[in-house]
Amino acid sequence: MKGKESMRVGGFTIRPQIVLLGIAFLALVIYPWVLTNPFPRHLMIMLLLYAMMGLGWNILGGFAGQISVGHGIYFGLGAYTSTMLLMKLGITPWVGMLGGVLVAELAALVVGYACFRLGGRYFSMATLVIGEIGRIVFTNFGWVGGAVGLFLPVLEESFINFQFHASKIPYYYIILAFTVLAIVTTYVITKTRLGYYFRAVRDDPDAARSLGIDITMYKLIALGISVFFTAIGGSFYAQYILFIDPISTMNFMISLTITLLVVLGGMGTLWGPIIGAFVLIPITELTRVYWGGAGRAIDLVIYGALIVLIAIYQPQGLVAMVERYRRKLRNGSTVRSN
Amino acid sequence: MAALLEAINVTKTFGGLRANDDISLVVDEGEIVGLIGPNGAGKTTLFNCVTRYLAPDSGTIKFQGQEITHLSPDRICHRGMVRTFQIMRAFNDMTVLENVMVGALCRVASTRQAQREAMKALEFTGLLEKRDALASDLTVPDKKRLEVTRALATKPSLLLLDEAMAGLTPTEAVDAVKLVRAIRDLGITVFLVEHVMEVIMPISDRVVVLNYGRKIAEGPPTEITENEEVIEAYLGDKWRGALCSK
Amino acid sequence: MAPQVILQAAVSGLLLGLIFSLISVGLALIWGVMGFINFAHADFMMLSMYLAFWLFTLYGIDPVFSLPVAAVLSFILGVLVYRLIVSRVVGASIVVQLFVTFGLMIFLRGSAQFLWSPDYRQIPETLVSGRLQIFGVYIGIPQLLAGAGALVVDAILYWFIQKTETGRALRAVAEDKLAASLMGIPSERMYALAWGIGVGGAGLAGALISTYYYIYPDVGSVFGLIALTIVAMAFGNILVTFIASIATGLVISLGGIIIGPALKYAVVFLVFLAVLLLRRTKE
Repeated sequence: MKGKESMRVGGFTIRPQIVLLGIAFLALVIYPWVLTNPFPRHLMIMLLLYAMMGLGWNILGGFAGQISVGHGIYFGLGAYTSTMLLMKLGITPWVGMLGGVLVAELAALVVGYACFRLGGRYFSMATLVIGEIGRIVFTNFGWVGGAVGLFLPVLEESFINFQFHASKIPYYYIILAFTVLAIVTTYVITKTRLGYYFRAVRDDPDAARSLGIDITMYKLIALGISVFFTAIGGSFYAQYILFIDPISTMNFMISLTITLLVVLGGMGTLWGPIIGAFVLIPITELTRVYWGGAGRAIDLVIYGALIVLIAIYQPQGLVAMVERYRRKLRNGSTVRSN
Repeated sequence: MAALLEAINVTKTFGGLRANDDISLVVDEGEIVGLIGPNGAGKTTLFNCVTRYLAPDSGTIKFQGQEITHLSPDRICHRGMVRTFQIMRAFNDMTVLENVMVGALCRVASTRQAQREAMKALEFTGLLEKRDALASDLTVPDKKRLEVTRALATKPSLLLLDEAMAGLTPTEAVDAVKLVRAIRDLGITVFLVEHVMEVIMPISDRVVVLNYGRKIAEGPPTEITENEEVIEAYLGDKWRGALCSK
Repeated sequence: MAPQVILQAAVSGLLLGLIFSLISVGLALIWGVMGFINFAHADFMMLSMYLAFWLFTLYGIDPVFSLPVAAVLSFILGVLVYRLIVSRVVGASIVVQLFVTFGLMIFLRGSAQFLWSPDYRQIPETLVSGRLQIFGVYIGIPQLLAGAGALVVDAILYWFIQKTETGRALRAVAEDKLAASLMGIPSERMYALAWGIGVGGAGLAGALISTYYYIYPDVGSVFGLIALTIVAMAFGNILVTFIASIATGLVISLGGIIIGPALKYAVVFLVFLAVLLLRRTKE
């Protein structure tokens, strides 16, 4: 974003990116008033939910280079903790959300401390296995509903209760706010020492250590930030759907989708997770709704094929693809070959 | 006065092989000390022990009079000792400037300040114009220069160079020697492992020679080039008495 | 707990472990030769099971005779998958590897579900149906023969890798690809071979267990992840993979009667994590 010409508007100098951003944000804000059917709203809510969690995952995976394919467990821990606190102690989900974050962070601390010493692929395998263990345990854990799951009590519509029945609009704005928080967090990280240190850990851990970086500590910080957003996502989901069970909250597919949308959009970039979510989530939701009928399978066939194609042809993500075209337009040729 | 760096009876064994066998050496402040020896003599192992990438099986390592034998490598950097690597380890997905900033961030917390310090370091080593290039796009000598710049940005008291001169053309080697001398003029002590005699002999105040894991000689370059054991083990006749007139 | 029960569980565990070994050895071969983690491995086993099922249902061919067909077709499929898909991502980052095989896994399961519905199938009567009783322990004949078959194939694979020239070539590529290619061993061909043998092994395993196991699209899910943990624990070493497979079979079976059927897989995964963490702490 360097060297682009700015426009002058009434004495102020504004870069075109800011204008685009402003328009996009405005569009998101008025979206639910323009598209009033429940399905588009639901779609957008799920999209923003995954975008937010993708942004969180991106801190750990894209910036710090630690590929976790078991982040779903934190989603589940967030959902279950806030739900249990609500059902057993009547605590408002807003506080319950913080409880969810706390539980998830504790779990993450243990996982991170134990597993970060493993090399790249072994770390990923460990996270995958841990996610599965979580799902198995919760499926057989009677106190939290086991395989049957938990139906959240339907309460009077209010902000404190974190339940809205008349329309989805309040849910929409809540998740939009959290997504904006995630974007701002990512932006701040890229501009401060954290961002530089994360990337150093990703690019060459030994060199990073020689320059005074405590690798384990920074990996844990990255993990902590990413888990924060994932756990919040879980609690939000519980309040939105009002039903949770191990399959909907600790499924491997959740982990995979979060990871996939970031890879699709572009790991380690600010907008990658957002773009990835905007592309992937509508595809998955729409194929599931329209073609999931035949035993819910064609959507999987498409999903699977899509993943393979992305991995082969555009592993750098859409952001990189866009960058390449922009450079081509600007220079009339490719400046740098990969 | 205590030496800046002390290695005392350092021993490190791999399997059955004694890579470092009871090695003791000292680096004083303001010196340029060279470490030479044939391949497999244990130079890099010693380096790794001193910079704490390996733990010695026995022996002590002291920096600035304080024992660092069990410190982790990142703590060492904060104390003022920094190293470069034999295999170049640039942060490939970051620009030259960003690479050096990572080093500078060891001493300052704000990225803006780090940027300023990084620019200063880049100017010192002559890489300022390339600051926006991606590290992966640099030529080999520039990558080595980048690593040194990055290390300098941590404001060290002691800089350890691990075969930084390998693969340089004679012109590049001359520039490298100039740079090392300029670094010493800044007040930074330099300890370097090298194969390239044309570089080590002219600039070192003292040279330590390893062979088969043991220290076999130590002294100013003029002495080392006269040392029969060293010549037989490593230097060959070409360097005999080569530095009589420096 | 009656020793009889334990003995029974141990025997089933052993036979289960043998089946795992066939799946895992193929996976270990792919991992060892090209450093590639194939998350879709057990889904090739699933395809082979369906092959056996349809050959039986449509043409009355007994699974015993489907074995060679399954083996050959699986081998070819393995080579095809390598040529068409995997060869394009050799040397790519771990994320890409993960995704290629994850995607393949989902694609295969989705396709199976789409084509043949998620219903559980079973081959009712085969040449080898029946049960034996030895020292008070009940052993199903299909399970016994499947285990024996797996053992035989394991032995053949071991002999192939250790004693033949091609096997040595495979090992050479596994150890040092550059050196191997300098010696004239074409790594591309070796990778394809590894995939062929690996998937062939999975296919054989599928045909073997189709004589008694339920056949459904997701049958690869449990086998696959466990096989992966086995191979990861063994760090790619084929002999250790075999031993780890037997051990895992026993852990699952005995864990099932000690802790309960629901959590037995969690136990296996915990053991895996423990092994991984302990081995890595040595560094």
